[in-house]
Amino acid sequence: MIYADNAATTKMSKDAIETMVSVMNETFGNPSSLYEVGQRAKEVLEQARKDVAEAIGAQPQEIIFTSGGSEADNQAIITGARLGALKGKKHIISSAFEHHAVLHTLKKLEKEGYEVTLLPVHEDGLIRPEELEAAIREDTCLVTIMYANNEIGTIQPIREIGEICRKHQVLFHTDAVQAIGHIPVNVVADQIDMLSSSAHKYHGPKGVGFLYAKKGIRLTNLIEGGAQERGKRAGTENVPGIAAMATAVKEAVASIDKNAKNLIQKRDRLIAGLKEIPHSALNGDASKRLPSNVNFCFEGIEGESLLLLLDDKGICASSGSACTSGSLDPSHVLLAIGRVHDVAHGSLRLSLGEDVTDEEVDYMIKSVKEVVEYLRSFSPIWRDLVAGKKQFIL
Amino acid sequence: MALYSEKVMDHFRNPRNVGVIEDADGVGEVGNAKCGDIMKMYLKIEDEVIKDVKFETFGCGSAIASSSMATEMIKGQPVSEAMKLTNKAVAEALDGLPDYKMHCSVLAEEAIKSALEDYEKRKQQN
Repeated sequence: MIYADNAATTKMSKDAIETMVSVMNETFGNPSSLYEVGQRAKEVLEQARKDVAEAIGAQPQEIIFTSGGSEADNQAIITGARLGALKGKKHIISSAFEHHAVLHTLKKLEKEGYEVTLLPVHEDGLIRPEELEAAIREDTCLVTIMYANNEIGTIQPIREIGEICRKHQVLFHTDAVQAIGHIPVNVVADQIDMLSSSAHKYHGPKGVGFLYAKKGIRLTNLIEGGAQERGKRAGTENVPGIAAMATAVKEAVASIDKNAKNLIQKRDRLIAGLKEIPHSALNGDASKRLPSNVNFCFEGIEGESLLLLLDDKGICASSGSACTSGSLDPSHVLLAIGRVHDVAHGSLRLSLGEDVTDEEVDYMIKSVKEVVEYLRSFSPIWRDLVAGKKQFIL
Repeated sequence: MALYSEKVMDHFRNPRNVGVIEDADGVGEVGNAKCGDIMKMYLKIEDEVIKDVKFETFGCGSAIASSSMATEMIKGQPVSEAMKLTNKAVAEALDGLPDYKMHCSVLAEEAIKSALEDYEKRKQQN
């Protein structure tokens, strides 16, 4: 099996599993308890906080552990909104292709009377800093732009965005779920005020993540209860998960250079191979993208049937087709970069694992070519395109 | 549990009656690319009996399987019987479809009916 859906989730690393099991066995106490096994759990928790902070250039007291990226996104955005409201500022800027954890939170705020501007995402899968700057108003309280896109892998000009936000004294949150552990992220250099991360995207466990909030930002609680996480996130801490996340993030960040070098070579080999398929197109900029991400549209076919046939060939991938989402519309990300519905239904995302080989890349190229050709052989759209009854889009 | 039944996967992996009938007596096309499903059915009819049927489909696994099953169900049937084909019967023959995929079986029923209507229309014109 070739697992090429690492943007969906990753396999846990051996070390992360070992950490998790060892904490479950040896340090099962409640970090809030005063006896020894509780205090040892507290030590594990605080060491994890240091490790996670170090991985992004933050201070330990700036890290809040959460249940994952979605919770962190929700808490950051609600915090930005509430802090803004205190000063009478109720305008938020984001982009059209954010994760739903961001977009749906913004929708909720709109119903409460906030105004949201979604910046357009250009064909290359990037926003333009000057368009962001032009959108900032007197009453803008928060900018939330993702670090790297989960579907097409494009990496936003985060440092420029951070600079603009700092200049205009607007809080800047970034959903860095796809970036952490894959490309270098430093909250100080990037001038990031809040950042969300999820452990299972870098070989850590599911159900755990963290929110970085720059010192001085008063977080709004989403969960009320005990005084854990300095009173900002109640509930007994997921100590084994948090410890395993710390192990995973350290490992991932330490290997970024080595992994990226290898992955970029594999990614570009895969892109070059898939480009040979007629009437296909790479989604998003070819170089300003995550080292592991390949995303294509193939005209005349539909994504779900492509995925099922690739699964038969032992390849795990994903698609932005409507049929894979259970809704009628294809991926909002592909629509945001200007792909029309007809073409967006025929998308394929391959997100590579660090251990992928050239042979596996070549096998994926061969398999995708075969499946696309097969599905086109009985596609009425393809027939019309070839017969000249319809114009090719790609 | 798998997304689809064994029957759906069988008809998806080995679709029956795939292709085109050049001198078809009735052709029907339903759906649109915007929604991600298009089905096209070709019928060869002799003495009011469906002698041959072929399909082309752009769509997901259940759309391809529904097309395949629907063609199997009407092949060799009198036109009057084929007109009675329901999407429910197609879905049942496939051992069921997930709720949000039931529209694929509806599309199969509509494609068959559209091809049969085209046949009736051509008959009247002759």
